[in-house]
Amino acid sequence: MVIIITNNSNSLRADGRKFDELRPLKIEAGVLEKADGSAYLEIGGNKILAAVYGPRELHVRRIMRPDMSVIRCRYNMAPFSVGERKRPGPDRRSIEISKITADALRPAIFLEKFPRSTIDVFIEILEAEGGTRCAGITAASVALADAGIPMKDLVVSCAAGKADGNVILDLSEEEDKNGEADVPVAIMPRSGGITLLQTDGHLTPDEFDKALDLAIEGCKKISEEQKKAIINRYGEENG
Amino acid sequence: MVNIVPEITRKSITELIKNKERADGRSPTDYRDISLEVGVIEKAEGSARVKIGNTQIIIGVKPSIGEPFSDTPNVGVLMTNSELLPMASPTFEPGPPDERSVELARVTDRCLREAPILDLEKLCIIEGEKVWMIFVDLHVLNYDGNLMDAAVLGSVAALMNTKIPNATVEDDKVVLDKENPVALPLKEKPLMCTFAKIDDELIIDPSLEEENVMNARISIGMREDGSICAMQKGGEMPITKEEAVYAVNTATEKTKELREHLP
Repeated sequence: MVIIITNNSNSLRADGRKFDELRPLKIEAGVLEKADGSAYLEIGGNKILAAVYGPRELHVRRIMRPDMSVIRCRYNMAPFSVGERKRPGPDRRSIEISKITADALRPAIFLEKFPRSTIDVFIEILEAEGGTRCAGITAASVALADAGIPMKDLVVSCAAGKADGNVILDLSEEEDKNGEADVPVAIMPRSGGITLLQTDGHLTPDEFDKALDLAIEGCKKISEEQKKAIINRYGEENG
Repeated sequence: MVNIVPEITRKSITELIKNKERADGRSPTDYRDISLEVGVIEKAEGSARVKIGNTQIIIGVKPSIGEPFSDTPNVGVLMTNSELLPMASPTFEPGPPDERSVELARVTDRCLREAPILDLEKLCIIEGEKVWMIFVDLHVLNYDGNLMDAAVLGSVAALMNTKIPNATVEDDKVVLDKENPVALPLKEKPLMCTFAKIDDELIIDPSLEEENVMNARISIGMREDGSICAMQKGGEMPITKEEAVYAVNTATEKTKELREHLP
């Protein structure tokens, strides 16, 4: 009998990581002066800034909610963030990501505390190296906390996927481009609720199951770094 | 969005400046603290992060190969764009560039182009067909006044930091050697000094609260030899000829100081 070990976590990926290993991660809260809250995040080669304004007055009446605040997100890539210069301004991809980012963050926020107002979240991709939407959501949560917005939980996001036939965590740009599938996930770690789930590529149900578990594990690790970033800025609880 | 300045703030800033003092303790000819780093974005062929006080801009340079303009078939193209990101200020909004953004990009562009910072003829690959197009993108991250001086200083540093693939022509085809990138053909390093007129005084490097109460603004772009390569007046009120001359003379001295920040 031949046992084929498909997920041998001793064998390495192109960048030397194990299948369930994140790229080096750094999160810093409160990095901008004008914004009400902000965060800077690096994961692998990604450099991401998130800033929050609000709750503030909403001038667009047609989206105003009389009983709660609305959350608006803008995901934007710097023209110099990618190999070939990106034309400035929103394209279809960034509009979609902006929407799913708002959807991912919304469940965690006590929106009902701020009727008729808006909470604006701006995510700037200064440099992109795979997984920017997840990194953007993770950074935005820290920025929301830095802005003092009351929340049930710190949403955290991470992708898993499949490359070279293996289910892997936190795809790099190369793995995303040449890989078979990408599964970005965001969760509220306290309740375990999933607030973002996308898949593109080809996966069997078993592989999907594995990828989702892996992504949730990754989220939990990143969640610890989010908390550290806030503690670094504001000190220990009750401290 | 309209920016309403409380009368008491306007008064206190103006009174200070009448006595040649400023809210943050600077003299009328002092810059705030300046920091400049280059090579902050690896994906960009050149980049810089500049801070003047709390004003912060990241500048990225990306080259691409394109067709020259038909009236200048043998010169490369240098283009400057700016984005006033909504994260940089509560008064900046998403959407197409507004007039402030366009003014910043065009004044920076003029200052760089007219110097000229690059020998654009050396960026021609095949006359009339292929030239290098160099894009300078200004990404404003935090707005606390005086974007123009920061933009020019950072752009010069980013262009000095830029390495593009070596382009050669073989059988009428462009061959790029990405392994051995070359520096841009730098010719001149222009810098800019901006003054705000408050009451009847000119102060250098206005902070945002000073910009909010200023009557007029004047920016002077200078070459290394102290000659002028760009100028822009802004604001609602006029300035006198004496004030313009004073600004030029002061800028001559101040750009020398700014130049020490360049790598």
